[in-house]
Amino acid sequence: MKPAPFDYVAARSVEHAVELLAGGTDAKVIAGGQSLMPVLNMRLGRPELVVDIGRLDVLNHVRISDSGALLVGATATQAQVLAHPDVNRGWPLLATAVANIGHPQIRNRGTICGSLAHNDPAAELPATAIVLDATLRIQSSRRIRTVPAEQMFVGPFMTALTPDELLVEAEFPPPPAGAGWSFREFATRPGDFATVGVAVQLVRRDGVVADARLVLFGVGGSAARVHSAEEALTGSSPSRVEDQVRAQLKAELDPADDVHASAGLRRDLAEKLTIDAIAEAWARCA
Amino acid sequence: MSFRGSEGQIHPTTPPLSEPSGWHDISLTVNGEPVSAQVESRLLLTDFLRHRLRLTGTHVGCEQGSCGACSVLLDGVAVRSCLTLAVQANGRDLRTVEGLAGPDEPLTALQQAFHEQHGMQCGFCTPGFLMSLAGLAEHGGTPSSDELDEHLAGNFCRCTGYVNIRKAARQAFGLPGPEEASRG
Repeated sequence: MKPAPFDYVAARSVEHAVELLAGGTDAKVIAGGQSLMPVLNMRLGRPELVVDIGRLDVLNHVRISDSGALLVGATATQAQVLAHPDVNRGWPLLATAVANIGHPQIRNRGTICGSLAHNDPAAELPATAIVLDATLRIQSSRRIRTVPAEQMFVGPFMTALTPDELLVEAEFPPPPAGAGWSFREFATRPGDFATVGVAVQLVRRDGVVADARLVLFGVGGSAARVHSAEEALTGSSPSRVEDQVRAQLKAELDPADDVHASAGLRRDLAEKLTIDAIAEAWARCA
Repeated sequence: MSFRGSEGQIHPTTPPLSEPSGWHDISLTVNGEPVSAQVESRLLLTDFLRHRLRLTGTHVGCEQGSCGACSVLLDGVAVRSCLTLAVQANGRDLRTVEGLAGPDEPLTALQQAFHEQHGMQCGFCTPGFLMSLAGLAEHGGTPSSDELDEHLAGNFCRCTGYVNIRKAARQAFGLPGPEEASRG
């Protein structure tokens, strides 16, 4: 299908963009358009105004901050992040997650921040931002604020962004020294949205898990940590608490049936992927 | 107003002034030629190419970014033209399958490989495969066989032409052919 009619403005500056968003019309932001355009083409969304930030070079950066964090501007593409040598070295979980997004043609235009602002429940990046404890910098004509990734993703296709706000940058702090990681997803075909996926980061101290972050996506309304499983892992060696982790997943996950998979299949996949991911992350701990 | 297709003809247009989505003047380069046009906000780049410039080599498959039949090169990079607004191409360099080799020019090595290996069945997907691979050739350095397969995964062939498509792609990139046992 073709999009319903809308007005389009190419923003001249970040200030211009947020001024347009504050204008009271039903506006959507476009950068690479790889999340928004399917929504418009299928008429799942019919905004009155599309604000294009794609030409704002001031937001087109992938760089390391003075504190050693990775800063990704709103118009930086997924391909740009993958091509950045520091990302592979310092944020291998992020690099792996991004490599799982769509196909090269999609990543050439799709942005990191666009996927975060869209928050598809099966998308890789919200889970990645949560597991890596990212901070999101958000601007409006009223204020600039930061939101921890854990508070950003409130439901399927819903975020903490208000209609007048623009996500201008994602900040990924350096993972803890020696942290082990794993990112795994199951998709029917490579490049498809994940049926179920998991991101894990573990810190080992004195032979046990000192800190665990475990995020599942595709099994509920939005990517989220499974705190009870993290607590079961903390203070133990993962192989000793495998049964508890499985039990916590059974208790906490409540996936729905849909055309892609039954709830039962999603549960089974979540359990298998999580146990494998924990083992992989543990083996990668320094 | 008028705009020129890549073959140099002048196509007159009369944009309906009642169109509520707003119109925009855009100028871009299409297959090396400057093009100026007025486009409505919601016009997809695919439809601009096909309906306004009569460049019908770019095919419309799924209109949601899955199939890759609409792949074009935007500033030398392979993208989905169905997930790009025409107005977003303003000021950019665009190349379509028509730009690979002109009517009187020899085929490019990539096209020749598809010709020799018969890298198609019905041919609907072929322009997308060619433009994705053209983008890889310009920006991807020398891919491994696995990287080539991953790149091809972004394009769908629905009538099982993958075996010959993989052969053609490997020939074009100077890689050994897929093993006898592998299936498309």
